[in-house]
Amino acid sequence: MTQVIALILGALFGGGLYLAGMTNPSKIVNFLDIAGTWDPSLIFVMGGGIPVAAIGFLILKKRDKPMVFDDIQVPSYGVIDKPLILGSAIFGIGWGISGLCPGPAFASVLMEPAVIIPYLIALVLGSLAYERIHR
Amino acid sequence: MTEFTPILSLSGGVLIGLSAAAAFVLFGRIIGMTGILARTLDFDFGEGSWRPFFLIGLVVTPLVLSMIAPSPHGFEPMGLIPMIIGGFLVGYGSRVGSGCTSGHGICGISRLSKRSIAATCTFMTTAVITVFIIRHVIGGSL
Repeated sequence: MTQVIALILGALFGGGLYLAGMTNPSKIVNFLDIAGTWDPSLIFVMGGGIPVAAIGFLILKKRDKPMVFDDIQVPSYGVIDKPLILGSAIFGIGWGISGLCPGPAFASVLMEPAVIIPYLIALVLGSLAYERIHR
Repeated sequence: MTEFTPILSLSGGVLIGLSAAAAFVLFGRIIGMTGILARTLDFDFGEGSWRPFFLIGLVVTPLVLSMIAPSPHGFEPMGLIPMIIGGFLVGYGSRVGSGCTSGHGICGISRLSKRSIAATCTFMTTAVITVFIIRHVIGGSL
């Protein structure tokens, strides 16, 4: 049952990214290109996604535990620290260069493997570099 | 140029939000891609191996949809070098910063997490500056 739910959640997420146009790297870069060919579509993705996700979180907060799993694992650390800002800054530079973040890359890998697989290999190497340096 | 698609993007956003909302209510988990990928690579699949199953749904669904109805958005990627440099920086930065667009941008902001709001403002700013430099200072692409 858990597997079926997880598949459906992944399908909703991937289908949403596809429908929203987030699988086209140029659409992301154009969103970021405020001084040029600006495409504000991404604002609408967040505007649609955040309020719906917030309803789910409010429902979860009213419950003792989730409906399927036994415990709630939501980050509770509340300090805005240097790694958060530095890491996010680096993430943003990579996002701007490639027009891709991890979700849309996974969503388009089977459609455009020649372009996306090199990106995903580099992504995993970046993640492994983090483990090497910081752990 | 890409076409401004408010209706499609809002609809897609609602589907993404539904996925995040259901993950909160059913699993009590956030669907941040950075965490899901890092833990899956660590063979930490989670209860009932939900993480790899989520990834399978994410990877396969757009392909199936593209066979039924081609995307109106198209696919115009950057070159190989920007993809590799960008991928590495995204992979490294998202781990240092504990999240990416899904974990911070959607799930975190929906919880009104101060950290996620700070992270999202930070990566939006550096991404806008990066694109400005590439397109308007260097002029063109990397």
